[in-house]
Amino acid sequence: MIPEIGHFALILALSLAVCQSVMPLIGAHRNDAALMSVAGPAAVGQLVFVAVSFACLAWSFLQSDFTVLYVANHSHRALPDVYKIAAVWGAHEGSLLLWILLLAVWTVAVARYSSELPRAMSARVIGVLGLLSFGFLLFTLLTSNPFERLIPAPANGADLNPLLQDIGLAIHPPILYTGYVGFSVAFAFAIAAMLTGHLDQAWARWTRPWTIWAWMFLTVGIALGSWWAYYELGWGGWWFWDPVENASFMPWLAGTALIHSLAVTEKRGLFKSWTLLLAISAFSLSLLGTFLVRSGILVSVHAFATDPARGLFILIFLGIVIGGALILYAWRAPGMDSAAGFRPLSRETFLLLNNVLLVIACTVILYGTLAPLLYDVFEWGKISIGPPWFEFAFALPMLPLTLLIGVGMHTAWRSQAFGALFAQLKIPGTIAIVAGIAVPTVFYGRFGLLVSVGAIAGFWIMTVSLLQPLRSWRRAPGTPGISRSALGMSVAHFGVGMFTLGITIVSAFTVEADLSVRPGETVEVAGYSFKLTDLNNVQGPNYQALEGEIEIRKDGKFVAELRPQKRTYLVQQSPMTEAAIDAGWNRDLFVALGDPLGNDAWSMRLQYKPLIRFIWLGALIMAFGGLIAASDRRYRLQATAREGTAALREEPA
Amino acid sequence: MARYIALIVAFVIMIGIFAAGLDRDPTKLPSPLIDKPAPEYELPRVMDPLLTTGSTDYAGQMVLVNIWATWCAGCRTEHEYLLELAGRNEIPIYGINWRDDRDAALSWLQQLGDPYVASAYDEDGRVGIDWGVYGAPETFLIGAGGNVMYKHVGPMNEATWQGEFMPRIAAQTGATR
Repeated sequence: MIPEIGHFALILALSLAVCQSVMPLIGAHRNDAALMSVAGPAAVGQLVFVAVSFACLAWSFLQSDFTVLYVANHSHRALPDVYKIAAVWGAHEGSLLLWILLLAVWTVAVARYSSELPRAMSARVIGVLGLLSFGFLLFTLLTSNPFERLIPAPANGADLNPLLQDIGLAIHPPILYTGYVGFSVAFAFAIAAMLTGHLDQAWARWTRPWTIWAWMFLTVGIALGSWWAYYELGWGGWWFWDPVENASFMPWLAGTALIHSLAVTEKRGLFKSWTLLLAISAFSLSLLGTFLVRSGILVSVHAFATDPARGLFILIFLGIVIGGALILYAWRAPGMDSAAGFRPLSRETFLLLNNVLLVIACTVILYGTLAPLLYDVFEWGKISIGPPWFEFAFALPMLPLTLLIGVGMHTAWRSQAFGALFAQLKIPGTIAIVAGIAVPTVFYGRFGLLVSVGAIAGFWIMTVSLLQPLRSWRRAPGTPGISRSALGMSVAHFGVGMFTLGITIVSAFTVEADLSVRPGETVEVAGYSFKLTDLNNVQGPNYQALEGEIEIRKDGKFVAELRPQKRTYLVQQSPMTEAAIDAGWNRDLFVALGDPLGNDAWSMRLQYKPLIRFIWLGALIMAFGGLIAASDRRYRLQATAREGTAALREEPA
Repeated sequence: MARYIALIVAFVIMIGIFAAGLDRDPTKLPSPLIDKPAPEYELPRVMDPLLTTGSTDYAGQMVLVNIWATWCAGCRTEHEYLLELAGRNEIPIYGINWRDDRDAALSWLQQLGDPYVASAYDEDGRVGIDWGVYGAPETFLIGAGGNVMYKHVGPMNEATWQGEFMPRIAAQTGATR
């Protein structure tokens, strides 16, 4: 019964999506207030029904209702409750439902916080979001119904893929999806602007906070995903350039470019058509990512069970949404750009460079991701593009970008005098060069040109990011301090610096060793001694494991005791490596248990990873910077101004 | 205007490539072993650890070598078909039971039937590495000269047998005659 309610609620949500898109869009076109006012309530209604549907699926998982095919395929009675919930989005059908739920949440948020928007604008934005939701709901109902029954029901489920039985997985897809889906808001704003055929600075001011919010979620989601891959996949890497990772990274790059381009559009009214194109691209890349993951067109460790019918549906959807947007763009964008100029040395130039470099990086990754497919289709043979290619191709545009960030953020709008800029930046520049050469040499005992270039870039961004906040802190009393949006920028860029430094140090100075160890034996890696003190069998709720006890000492002093496991999940009979990690701010010690080598010996993978935490910490700081910027007065001002006018109106005459 | 048109054209081309790509199977990876001698091995049998089986057992014969495991869903899918194929006596099938548990493998063969002339027990997957196995099931066609003629990834069925294996077998037997 409950699954049928869920199914039915989904159909109702589909009907409401039709109302939510058709009526407000026609209303906005005809300037019919009654039709436009359908937008908000329809969005709320849709959210309610999608939430009911989602709750029904979650309930089926919690009850282990194996008459539901999706539950039977992805759950098990012995699965802990938290993973039963996580299993809801552990595979294709449920993750689509999550996607739709998040889209409905974003839509309601837009409806709720858009009352200062011109009515036709908000009606169009919500209408476009309704169209997207319609597409996804139709896709779910036609090809991927999560409530399909399985009669007779099996006695027990096939269990959740053990890789996914982890807290990192339980939380990272919802956050990642929130980011993905969030770009639909910027997309809808862009479509709405193109429908009206006019785009002003107010438009950029409305679009900006939504974009920043989506970008923040995407940043955190990618960082968590990378962290999950690091400790769960068991071989100590943190980014694999897997198609699915790339699928999340491309919208991030486009979104980052969009945030910067929006800044120019908001402050100076420039780059309008460019901003529109980026808004379309960021969401299109999210859709493309979905297509790549769901259609099985590329091989990936993350790919869900694939089905050509689904692939075809998403492809048609992709064609309509992106193709439609691009045609609209070709029609409207040419008339939009204004002719205001700027000097070569100005903030605008640097933001343009930022955009160009980010778009190049994004295109390179898109090419690398699609190249295997391209070669296959044209029968040029099979190729596989690996991490070394991506690392090199990605570093090419990124290195100049890291150096330019520092200059760009201290350059004035319109025009900047070179002397003043140089005077500001010479001290941080000197600090960065000295630290970038000294830190690798002194702390890690080796000088290398590439390492130093990377470290200089990292220190450079970090130090220049401190300039504005420091100046604001030491300002004369009574003068205005730094704005939230400038502070947010400084913080986010500081994160970029930490991230750059982390990547540089970890890729240059990681020590990895695969060794054969017997119980009682001690091995040395990177100055740490690892002693395998014991090996035990342990029993988990739905797995058995062999657990090693490893005592780590440095210079005879106890550092940590780690317990890596080699698990066998009982239902799927698949072995899983649970690495154990001793995390520190300046280094991780990573231990994973390998296979038995005979004679009591075990293969063990031991790694010393300096500054690896800076990678994720840097990403989180970037996201935190976004949070600060999104809370800028400017964006809240609209709300207060509205309350102000409302109060005025209520005053007796 | 031209640049906007170019944008749309680029997008249409991309969609076209995707549409073409949908029909293709990305798991069809060529094996570097094609037309090279099949790796040699000698392993205990699943049915009796005291006996061994290996590449010398089928020297001079054209055979199928099927990589299977009890934990693999695709192997279960193809099992029925392998039994049927073995029943037709068209070609001997040798199994390599890959990274598996012997008890599980034994009960699998006893309960579902045994299509194999013999199954080697590759407990730690070393032989699988030599053969370049990246996921069970995989089926290799080995020529009478001991060369790998074809590798199929994924479950076997009549369509693959008729479409991929038979033409190669016919070409080979025709050539040697």
